[in-house]
Amino acid sequence: MRPRSIVPILYILFLMLPIYWLVAMSFKTTNEILGGFSLFPQEWTFDNYRTIFTDPTWYWGYFNSIIYVTMNTVISLLAALPAAYAFSRYSFLGDKHLFFWLLTNRMAPVAVFALPFFQLYSAVGLFDTHLAVALAHCLFNIPLAVWILEGFMSGIPRELDESAFVDGYSFPRFFTTIFVPTIKAGIGVTAFFLFMFSWVELLLAKTLTAVQAKPIAAVMTRTASSAGYELGLLAAAGVLTIIPGAIVIYFVRNYIAKGFALGRV
Amino acid sequence: MTLELIDVSLRVGADMHLYPTSLRLEPGEFNILLGATGAGKSTLIRLAAGLERPTGGRILVDGTDVTGMSPQKRNISLVHQFFVNYPHLTVFENIASPLRVSRVPKSEIEGRVEEAADILQLRPMLHRRPQELSGGQQQRTALARAIVKESKAIFLDEPLANLDYKLREELREQLPELLAGRGTVIVYATSEPTEALLLGGHTALMREGRLTQFGPTAEIYHQPRDVASASVFSDPPMNFAPVEKRGHRMHLGSALDWPVYGAAAGLPDGAYTVGIRPHHISPVDPPDPSIPIRGTVRITELSGSESVAHFDIADRVWVSQSAGVQQFQVGEPHEFHMVPTHCFYFAEDGKLAAKGIADG
Repeated sequence: MRPRSIVPILYILFLMLPIYWLVAMSFKTTNEILGGFSLFPQEWTFDNYRTIFTDPTWYWGYFNSIIYVTMNTVISLLAALPAAYAFSRYSFLGDKHLFFWLLTNRMAPVAVFALPFFQLYSAVGLFDTHLAVALAHCLFNIPLAVWILEGFMSGIPRELDESAFVDGYSFPRFFTTIFVPTIKAGIGVTAFFLFMFSWVELLLAKTLTAVQAKPIAAVMTRTASSAGYELGLLAAAGVLTIIPGAIVIYFVRNYIAKGFALGRV
Repeated sequence: MTLELIDVSLRVGADMHLYPTSLRLEPGEFNILLGATGAGKSTLIRLAAGLERPTGGRILVDGTDVTGMSPQKRNISLVHQFFVNYPHLTVFENIASPLRVSRVPKSEIEGRVEEAADILQLRPMLHRRPQELSGGQQQRTALARAIVKESKAIFLDEPLANLDYKLREELREQLPELLAGRGTVIVYATSEPTEALLLGGHTALMREGRLTQFGPTAEIYHQPRDVASASVFSDPPMNFAPVEKRGHRMHLGSALDWPVYGAAAGLPDGAYTVGIRPHHISPVDPPDPSIPIRGTVRITELSGSESVAHFDIADRVWVSQSAGVQQFQVGEPHEFHMVPTHCFYFAEDGKLAAKGIADG
């Protein structure tokens, strides 16, 4: 082994260590975890995973999370695509200020909005629904989506739009059949960031749900407090939480590189 | 069909992008918009195509007012300087797209796309995507998209400017042929006077947002209306100098004077501006009667087929352009020869007052 490869190998080792520990824990019994230090599971068990896949309160946590994350991604993209197009193509009164103001929404801590959202959604009867969490996350995700998409759209020459109009495309037809396919890399990158934020956000998701739409992260915290030390089970849930993100990253990894090259991500 | 602009103007904020311009364009021939970058060629095209709304004036197509009409409804084609195609569609689908949106029957589309592809030699590339093509092929795809529908007008905004030299010449030779006989108005913007002369037809000279002259290309080349038109339609730029007419001679400063001929001889005495194209100043003694000019050579450009020399004369820099490779010593005086019958004389307001007798 050449000396120059030692540093990256050490770096990756340290990076992977907590993930390895999590995976190892998920195959151990709680007794073994608490019993002492062991690098590998001494006594392999799939009970932790079996519990998650058979107990509805567990697997519905995943479904709930996936449902509102998907809803949020779709809503955010649908709202942000036209907005980003407007910011990219037109100049209108206060456009720069509005663009900046949108971004400032992201600067506020999520906790600030927990109480007003709880009140608001309870009042309109949306409390404990997937839509409530999806909409709440829009506050953070739409500005992010507008910001990323605007960068991609501004990289497409205006002449493309004009060519399409001259060719006879109406605006809606141009937008859906020409423009959206042209920036699909940008949409992929945006969807990834929207997914990531919504998937890992815990506070709002937990505040706005009780039973029907409880996300997996909330299920994990509540189990920990009520059933005592179920560390193996928690580790298995943690592993399963990482997997969707890893899958999404795998699909958009090339687009993200492109996004970095365009300078907005 | 005819395209007519009546006092069309565009003001953006306090800037005039196009001063009121009137122009009547007929189908069949090339209508060339000639001017430097920023002269208003693209603005004029964008207004005529409906991509931008004029702040004044009217646009008529066959006598019908289309001023506020969207580009979708105008049935026109446009080719940009940059190769604009739909990146996610194949070349076939790119060429077919104007037909698909105007609901041409499916059975007809394939034939028409292939016809356009044959004219532009794109047959083997029909199933590729634009990014997999060379610049010339991409621009030919854009051209095919423009000619595949029977549009009333085709606008070409410096379509060859981004192509390399060889492709540009090749495509320029093909253009008149492939656009001929379509009965559409052809508007072709270029910044190169040579290109205007090669393509013929009519030329509109533009400078700083104004149309300075419009007419048959050869005619306005020989008969520029004013200093602005003359300087736009000359490459390298026309040489100018203030002169004074006294009796039958023109005086340029105290060093140089020459007899005037033809219509110029009848001009009243007074101050004028002389204009002479660089290729009418020869570094060797030409067969025609000529006036020797001594000037210090500043810069020389040899291209093999022609030689260009910049030289000082009476506080100005003039340019001489001649065929073949000429010998110049930079920094040394050289004797050039000017043929006075090729001179243009402009009055003090810039209008052409008279010219020497020879054309060209």
